[in-house]
Amino acid sequence: MATMIWVFDIVLGLGLLGLAWAIVNARNIYQAVVMFIVFGLLIALSWARLQATDIALAEAAIGAGITGALFLSTIGRIRAIQRDRGEDEKPGIEEIP
Amino acid sequence: MLDERDYRFASTGTRWLVTAGAFVFTGALAWAILSLPSEGPGLQGEVESRLAESGVDSRVTAVLLNFRAYDTFLEVVVLLVAIMGLRAIRLGSEESLVKETEFSPLLLEFVRFLVPIMIILSGYLLWAGSKYPGGAFQAGAVLGAAGVLLLLSERFRVGSIGPLMERGLLALGVVVFGLAGLLCIAWGGVFLEYPEGSAKAFIIAIESAAAISIAATFVVLFAGRSLSDPNDAVLHDESGRHR
Repeated sequence: MATMIWVFDIVLGLGLLGLAWAIVNARNIYQAVVMFIVFGLLIALSWARLQATDIALAEAAIGAGITGALFLSTIGRIRAIQRDRGEDEKPGIEEIP
Repeated sequence: MLDERDYRFASTGTRWLVTAGAFVFTGALAWAILSLPSEGPGLQGEVESRLAESGVDSRVTAVLLNFRAYDTFLEVVVLLVAIMGLRAIRLGSEESLVKETEFSPLLLEFVRFLVPIMIILSGYLLWAGSKYPGGAFQAGAVLGAAGVLLLLSERFRVGSIGPLMERGLLALGVVVFGLAGLLCIAWGGVFLEYPEGSAKAFIIAIESAAAISIAATFVVLFAGRSLSDPNDAVLHDESGRHR
């Protein structure tokens, strides 16, 4: 049983690191935000594993839920503003050929 | 809907630099945490010995709302300041868009099912916070998420509450918390020093008000605009009509 908990912890830790890597290297912002939401949920799991249940609840609701919704809403607005202004892409973003 | 062209939001060199920096920082943090003594004394003993007088059974709630209530008060004030910041940005910005969303029956059914459950869950989390994990922030977050769902499904339309109600809900947490503190002074203590035996009543009142405020804050932050004023910085074209 203890080994299973250890395996779970290691997988959780590696998952967090891998997700962080994937967020920085995401193909586009939308994908990065979705992975950020998953990251928030894994962090909530980590808090639960550390027996900080109050923080785990708050992280799941706020970190994954509200922040994720805020990010997605922001992306939508940025796109709409760019479309409104007639721009095609944000400066500083390079297209992958 | 969302444009999913393949692009990355920084050049390859920048991304590698950021990743390397993050790894270095994480390594330093890990080393710092691992070098902490694994059995520190902490303040657990003190908290345990005074738990009975604190009015609640949960150590976390006792610390948050009794022993260190002032810190929690300042956290609630920070949320109000965030809303003020949002207003300041809104007033200086011309861009605002009335989003045209298609009617989605799936979302509507989802909301109909989920929002009543979320309200009850929020009330439970608020009440159970005195003994089990929960409390004002968690309850407020769930209630706020319910509000966001209502906003998304257009069950709650901008302009359906008055400005006084909107501001009242946002400021309720700070006002009740501050008034409770001042009441403690009137009762002969320092700010937020609850009188004998009334700690539980104070805590429940403060937590309820804070939860409502937190929920309202999340909804307003998500909406990004005033919930009571339909004309809040909406774009108008030359003829004066909504765009």
